[in-house]
Amino acid sequence: MTPPLTLPPPDEAERPLLRLVRSTGFKLAALHAVLLVLSAITLGGFFWWSTAGYLNRQTDQTVRTDVLLLSARWREDDQTAIARAIAQRLAEDADDEAIYLLTDPAGTVLAGNLDRWPGAANAEGQWYELPLVRAGAATVGRIYVLDLPDGARLLVGRDVKQRLSLRELVADAVLYGTGLAVVLAALGGVLVRRLLQSRLAPVAETATAIGHGDLSHRVPLSGADDDFDRLAETLNAMLDRIGVLMEGVREVSNAIAHDLRTPLARLRGRLEESLGSGDPASLRVAVERGIAELDGIIGVFHALLRIAEIEAGARRSAFAAFDLAAVLADAADLYGAAADERGLVFDVSLPQALPMVGDRDMLLQAVANLLDNAIKFTAPGGAVRLTAVRHGAEVAIAVADQGPGIPPEERGRVVERFYRAEASRGTPGSGLGLALVQAVAQLHGGMLQLEDAGPGLRATLVFPAPEPQVDAEPPLAAVV
Amino acid sequence: MRILLVEDDKDVARFVMKGLKESGHIVDHADQGRDGLFLAASEQYDVIVLDRMLPGGMDGLRLLETLRATGAKVPVLFLSALAQVDERVKGLKAGGDDYLTKPFAFTELLARVEALGRRGRSEGPVTRLSVADLEMDLLARSVKRDGKAIDLQPREFRLLEFLIRHAGQVVTRTMLLEAVWDYHFDPQTNVIDVHVSRLRQKLDRGFSFPLIHTVRNAGYMLRAEP
Repeated sequence: MTPPLTLPPPDEAERPLLRLVRSTGFKLAALHAVLLVLSAITLGGFFWWSTAGYLNRQTDQTVRTDVLLLSARWREDDQTAIARAIAQRLAEDADDEAIYLLTDPAGTVLAGNLDRWPGAANAEGQWYELPLVRAGAATVGRIYVLDLPDGARLLVGRDVKQRLSLRELVADAVLYGTGLAVVLAALGGVLVRRLLQSRLAPVAETATAIGHGDLSHRVPLSGADDDFDRLAETLNAMLDRIGVLMEGVREVSNAIAHDLRTPLARLRGRLEESLGSGDPASLRVAVERGIAELDGIIGVFHALLRIAEIEAGARRSAFAAFDLAAVLADAADLYGAAADERGLVFDVSLPQALPMVGDRDMLLQAVANLLDNAIKFTAPGGAVRLTAVRHGAEVAIAVADQGPGIPPEERGRVVERFYRAEASRGTPGSGLGLALVQAVAQLHGGMLQLEDAGPGLRATLVFPAPEPQVDAEPPLAAVV
Repeated sequence: MRILLVEDDKDVARFVMKGLKESGHIVDHADQGRDGLFLAASEQYDVIVLDRMLPGGMDGLRLLETLRATGAKVPVLFLSALAQVDERVKGLKAGGDDYLTKPFAFTELLARVEALGRRGRSEGPVTRLSVADLEMDLLARSVKRDGKAIDLQPREFRLLEFLIRHAGQVVTRTMLLEAVWDYHFDPQTNVIDVHVSRLRQKLDRGFSFPLIHTVRNAGYMLRAEP
């Protein structure tokens, strides 16, 4: 077994017993032992009550009946009749359990199988459980004493020695059972603790390695497909997610290093150059261009942070139910004028209502980016088309243009930060628009598909639709 | 207007104060939260410009929450480097009226401050707005210029309403996007310009003088004089 990786405090390390007592395994085993002892006692008690107790109650009943019959015999006859009856009963007693004794007022034994009257049993109408000497052998009897009217005394009882030994047997069983349970529990405690530790040690090991900065570690699965494996899977999924986020951060810093340094260098050069010119007019122009350049850099900076924010999943807290159709109609309204101005046909086809759960602002920005691109890349006279439909369990928002499109081999790369397709190099833009759209799609558990619209590009955002309140598909209505 | 600026960065504070004073405003400055709260609670201001991260144990959010708890209704503009959407929401929830993220253009700050100061003075709901020969009936949703009815789309109506309510003030593109379209991001193309130019065509074409003016490097202004 691998030793635990996290070192316990020194005072505990020196006292292994304390550590054992504090371990979860030991606590579990102790609880188990308590339950075991309780159930042993309960079981023994019930067993006793239902066997020995039952026999006791039956004995009492028999003795009581006997006493009744004998006292009746006395009333109709005399002492000799009772003595005869007793002798007869003793002779017929096959179980060898009966105890009888009849004495006259002087205490002389008239009949029965006891040598003398037991000293302790002197009150009339009482039950006693006493050690006796019966037929010369020491035993224990449960007896009932009755004073007859002429001063004679009758004692009737049963030998209960065997019953007592049965009781002792049950008590012993409970006692030893308890002892055994405690021993088993202690063993179990050590065993469970070892088992738990052998399963938890790899988790602790992984956590420690990650704590030291090595994110490649994963918790190994035992293959048993049990709770621990599931915990390990959950932890691994979490670590994968953290890995992806870390990778994202690294990518962003690379991108910033690469793509923000260029405009910064340009800006710096321009300002330095204008400083040397000495002409106030050109100085002013340089400063104005510098500010414009800075605004561009700030925009890129904003967009990068926004993408990172979305990718971190932090915006999921802003998810709410809203009508996507209304949001898209708003976007269409905002961009319709721009499309008109550029001489484009702007064709909008939206359902009357399209329930969606997500981040309204983010979806709006994603669609706005797609419309921005579509209008920017389509030549005057062309058409831009915005559609939204619900296909069963999916909601699809498509923006199609008649621009140059994106060649298939570049489609995978245009969603990367700062990547700009060949055809777009001449147009203004940061190369972050589609990266943001992609991030928004992923935030909503959907994806961005880029296809050839022949001619042009069709960008489709596909999302899983929210659970439908009403399954009926709303009829399509043209809204422009 | 009397403006309180609570900002710990000396350069930003100096630059904002200089700009606001040049625009004819009186500016007080506090460089930490407690002083800011003291000034805000003891003096009468038309607008407070408040940084979020402040030294002195009291940040902008706490300052504003404390101030609002005393019943002060003075308009507050947050000026913060915390640009995430959630941060913006936090600022507005704490009682802020507007939120501007750093870095910012001074024209944007000035336009927003003046818009807030104006809003503080308006009394009760109005049903009619007018500037020069332009009249807007908010109930009938009709617009007339020089007695002639002008037909506007609903969105154009809202755009014009915002411009009239801020007549004589610079209104930036971002302010229009936020107020008229409820957008909180910058579109890459200048979609707002297209809408304003359409509105301008309907409003100004065929009349003796233009009402909508473009303010270079800032935005737009609706005013009567040329």
